[in-house]
Amino acid sequence: MAVKVKIPVPLQRLTQGKEEVEGNAGTIISLINSLDQKYPGLGERVSEGGKLRRFVNIYVNEEDVRFMKNEETEVKDGDEVSIVPAIAGGC
Amino acid sequence: MGYVKGLKCRECAREYPVDPIYVCEFCFGPLEVVYDLDGIKKIMTRELIESRQHTLWRYIELLPIDKDPTSGLNSGFTPLVKADNLAKHIGMRELYIKDDTVTHPTLSFKDRVVAIALSKAKEFGFDTVACASTGNLAHAVSAHGAAGGFKRFIFIPASLEKSKIIASLAYEPNLIAVDGNYDDVNRLCSEVANKYNWAFVNINIRPFYAEGSKTQGYEIVEQLGWKAPDAVVVPCASGSLLTKIWKSFKELKEIGLIDDLHTKVFSAQATGCSPIVRAIKDDVDVIKPVKPDTIAKSLAIGNPADGYYATKVIQETGGFGADVSDEEIISAIKLMAKTEGIFAETAGGVTLASAIKLVESGHIDRDAVTVLCITGNGLKTREAIVGHTVEPYHIDPNLKSFEATLKKIIK
Repeated sequence: MAVKVKIPVPLQRLTQGKEEVEGNAGTIISLINSLDQKYPGLGERVSEGGKLRRFVNIYVNEEDVRFMKNEETEVKDGDEVSIVPAIAGGC
Repeated sequence: MGYVKGLKCRECAREYPVDPIYVCEFCFGPLEVVYDLDGIKKIMTRELIESRQHTLWRYIELLPIDKDPTSGLNSGFTPLVKADNLAKHIGMRELYIKDDTVTHPTLSFKDRVVAIALSKAKEFGFDTVACASTGNLAHAVSAHGAAGGFKRFIFIPASLEKSKIIASLAYEPNLIAVDGNYDDVNRLCSEVANKYNWAFVNINIRPFYAEGSKTQGYEIVEQLGWKAPDAVVVPCASGSLLTKIWKSFKELKEIGLIDDLHTKVFSAQATGCSPIVRAIKDDVDVIKPVKPDTIAKSLAIGNPADGYYATKVIQETGGFGADVSDEEIISAIKLMAKTEGIFAETAGGVTLASAIKLVESGHIDRDAVTVLCITGNGLKTREAIVGHTVEPYHIDPNLKSFEATLKKIIK
């Protein structure tokens, strides 16, 4: 069992159209870096200099990583990670 | 018709054609509509605008549609009320309420954004519209979508005010009540939007939808006699309205319809959900998300998508922010109702209570021409003031009983 990563439409071109890919347990940033090996370009879309980009939201099992340890949040096998662009609403 | 040049990423400036897309494929930054302002400047005059109907479509050249509008044909151009009673109460010289409690047809400023969004959705050829909503957007998409013959999927947090839920159900959309807060609903919707080819007004139609908020700013300027105010106080959830009002003022300056622009922009939030005001007070531009806990549910967005840009606008214009408690929100709703006869929803209470704080703290000058953006009608959030109003007098159906009560009232 691995970590499941849900890929948003703007990034699916990099994953050959796959909506969901698998990655390794560890920190979020190491997960992103390892996905970048498999799907070149994904890393720089989502992060810059080891930090998540301002308009990228990452959720682990539906919880925003900013309520945990940001890019240093640990994920384990079986966890579900979602990459979601920021969305407008309200006023 | 149509002065839109294309879409552009606000972060890295990459350009995109006009499509139902909303984020930069490269850096995930939000996409923004770019206009041919030189072309607009050549034809758009005060006289041309004033000759048109009293709806938001009088500013059509500055809106991102290419064909005749098909939605919200009667929306916008709400009153700008000179609030002398309220001004006197607070100790201000010249105060105005931009009264979007009476926007057609669903009584909130969301009628503006949805008018644009659904006109654009029709241009793109969508047959289904959808949204994630804290309530007002649900109303607007349900109503405008019904009139436009769209299939409608409306996602809301299940905890919304009952009166808001019922008001949406009247239009018979597919209403999906999600067991979670607005940020949870949004996250779900971004996944739904990935999978289904629908016009999600606040997701893949967002660059166009958000432009509708500018019309509130254009109207304020026109109704002040083609002048921008000294101060404007804007309620913030995602921060989108605040950034668009500022954009509207800047555009009017750029196309020469106003000469001077010195407006300070202020943000109003509830203390139980104030990530933007927190950033302003801490003088940083990093927005720390929060878990909302406030009666102002239409502002309960803990992860504000435009928070960064809202913070930039406030800093750029020399504005500031204030946050207020649930008690202060309720008092302010009642104060506006009893001084100006305008019953606003909780977000309006947030705006007025914050404005009072900003005046008392000296951030807003008592002599400044100040506009409060009041975005929704109080009938939508009646629950918030239940138990906080005066009580009716109960009498028997005869004159004696009435006069006995009258004596007590006028004593």
